[in-house]
Amino acid sequence: MTSAALRSRAWKLLEMVTTPLLPSDYLDLVSPLRAGADLRGRIEAVHPETPDAATIVIRPGRGWRGHTAGQYVRIGVDVDGVRLWRAYSLTSPTNRRDGRVTITVKAIPDGKVSNHLVRRAKPGTLIQLDQATGDFVLPQAKPAKVLYLTAGSGITPVMGMLRDTEFDDVVMVHCAPQPHDVIFRNELHDLAADKKLRLTEVHTATDGMLDIARLDELVPDWADRETWACGPAGLLDAAEKHWSEHGVPERLHTERFRSSIVAAGDGGEVTFSATGKRVDADGATPLLDVGEEAGVLMPSGCRMGICFGCVTPLKAGAVRDLRTGEITEAEPGVLIQTCVSAAAGPCDIER
Amino acid sequence: MTAIDPTAHLTAEQIEELGRELDAIRDEVIAGRGEKDAAYIRKVISAQRKLELVSRGVLLFSIFPPAWLIGTAGLSVAKIMDNMEIGHNILHGQWDWMRDPKIHSTTWEWDHVSPADQWKHSHNELHHTYTNVIGKDNDLGYGIMRVDEDQKWHPFHLGQPLWNFINACFFEYGIAAYDLELGKNLHKRRRKNPEFRARAKAVGRKIRKQVLKDYVIHPLLSGPSFLPTLAATFTANLVRNIWSHSVIMCGHFPEGVQVFERRSIKGETRGQWYLRQMMGSANISGSKAMHFMTGNLSHQIEHHLFPDLPSNRYAEVAVKVRALFEKYELEYVTGPLPKQVFSAWRKVFRLSLPNKKPKVKTPSREQELVAA
Repeated sequence: MTSAALRSRAWKLLEMVTTPLLPSDYLDLVSPLRAGADLRGRIEAVHPETPDAATIVIRPGRGWRGHTAGQYVRIGVDVDGVRLWRAYSLTSPTNRRDGRVTITVKAIPDGKVSNHLVRRAKPGTLIQLDQATGDFVLPQAKPAKVLYLTAGSGITPVMGMLRDTEFDDVVMVHCAPQPHDVIFRNELHDLAADKKLRLTEVHTATDGMLDIARLDELVPDWADRETWACGPAGLLDAAEKHWSEHGVPERLHTERFRSSIVAAGDGGEVTFSATGKRVDADGATPLLDVGEEAGVLMPSGCRMGICFGCVTPLKAGAVRDLRTGEITEAEPGVLIQTCVSAAAGPCDIER
Repeated sequence: MTAIDPTAHLTAEQIEELGRELDAIRDEVIAGRGEKDAAYIRKVISAQRKLELVSRGVLLFSIFPPAWLIGTAGLSVAKIMDNMEIGHNILHGQWDWMRDPKIHSTTWEWDHVSPADQWKHSHNELHHTYTNVIGKDNDLGYGIMRVDEDQKWHPFHLGQPLWNFINACFFEYGIAAYDLELGKNLHKRRRKNPEFRARAKAVGRKIRKQVLKDYVIHPLLSGPSFLPTLAATFTANLVRNIWSHSVIMCGHFPEGVQVFERRSIKGETRGQWYLRQMMGSANISGSKAMHFMTGNLSHQIEHHLFPDLPSNRYAEVAVKVRALFEKYELEYVTGPLPKQVFSAWRKVFRLSLPNKKPKVKTPSREQELVAA
């Protein structure tokens, strides 16, 4: 017998010993970060960055497969006893010696998870982790010239890039309301002093929002640069338009933290047929939220329609994609992303 | 249904007001649910697992009598915790709000031969909706006993003290059979029903796994302690069964608890539903440890009013609920465990015989209450 087969036999025997629980239920008591466990992490430190942002140092479990600069990770945090999942960009370099990773979180008004992490998270707390993911990453081949265009917490994935890979010619344009709102300000200024970065800060509280046309003046050769942009939807929409109009859309890479959501109508009674729950939903609330509020255990992912971690069969009725307004009707085999779909009339979700 | 309706003094408006007051208690708990509650259930689960591990570990040496005693006691308590404070309450969805897939009514499985999903149907859906309604709530005597004067007597009932005792010893099997509606489904035609067969198969699978674990694998692991370990697990299961049977008997069987007629629940309002739960349940008084070991089913009245509120909150809810009972002049049936168990058993014995023929005056329910 091969060793793999032997191990699987041994595991089967262990399962007989622990039924109806699994051996892992017991192992989790002593070693929640071990190899083979569900991926988790332990918060080891919380460093304040600005009055409303902090960097969280996380020791990931043994199953962590590492990340590429610019990627994000989904974490599940228990806030007031309720597990909530959010995605945050990784801000640590990929070759950090101690194997820890960091995320940097900005507390947004009414943000349950962000405020919890910035103000209340304590070292020693276990959190749930997913593997790092996302395509907002640097290419294999080094571009000659780079532009990072960021605003607010949009700086976080770019900071991961800056700390990870050095380029010869890097320009950064970063927008924040005031100087003290600039996350990583000291580190950015140190990089600028070492001539590793040319930095322009735009302080929107005094200068107003960045007019994308001003790029010609701030970074005259912007069109020659490989650009990574991350920030609010307004900035990214303007950038995409600007790059397209100048015929260089392929030079622009963007990362959106939240999908732009269209106003949707309708709504209707949603049946979660596996659990027998029925609730009324409006036409603008994602079915994922509707299910969670009703106490249905919904699988979830990025919550912005990109990871397909929440797909669920649509058994009856119709749903509307909140990003595009597109209507999907139930047919055998039709799966919907519950995080970006809302009820477009009565519907039946198999959960 | 009883000769004298103990709620007759309440007007329809009062009953609806009572319902609103109960809703307010519920809302308050839901708004206050949080980190502390989550920490509580996690702590209980972790303690249960550790206790079971240690007890099973000690039983590996159960050839030595002190080890046998300690291991058996520990395993009995671990099994009771698993079924009562943890299993019963998680399967009620009391902890679903945490959104933890490992502590959720749709994923939880317990150390019990009735599969969680079947139990949830017969218990959460049928028993909790039709509490104490004769003909609808089979928990009233589990279909094998007569527990109210208004149920028809049959010579079969002569043996019910014995049936009840056997049921107590093998309670988890009784529950599994009950969840399967075995009595009804063993008819020739129903036996072949594919849905029933699938459920019976699931029970069979669960029984096989549980029996294999308790009576084969763990004794084998104990080597020379094979027989003592076998006896220990058997004892632990017996203790758990008798304990949970006793606790559950106290919930609806003691004297003073009302039963209802099928037609009385037609068009029932929320207030009336609450009132039925109040009159159809009974509590057990006692220490914190007692409440914990009963899975807080000692707060049966509160549990029936709010089956999905976290069990660790029933104690504080009970104070407010009891005040409502007083305000509306209703009897809050409660008492220490021995008294309630005795009361329930006395009823089982009494109703094993046909109703006494009225002589001159029928002793009314009210007089019985006064006497009790």
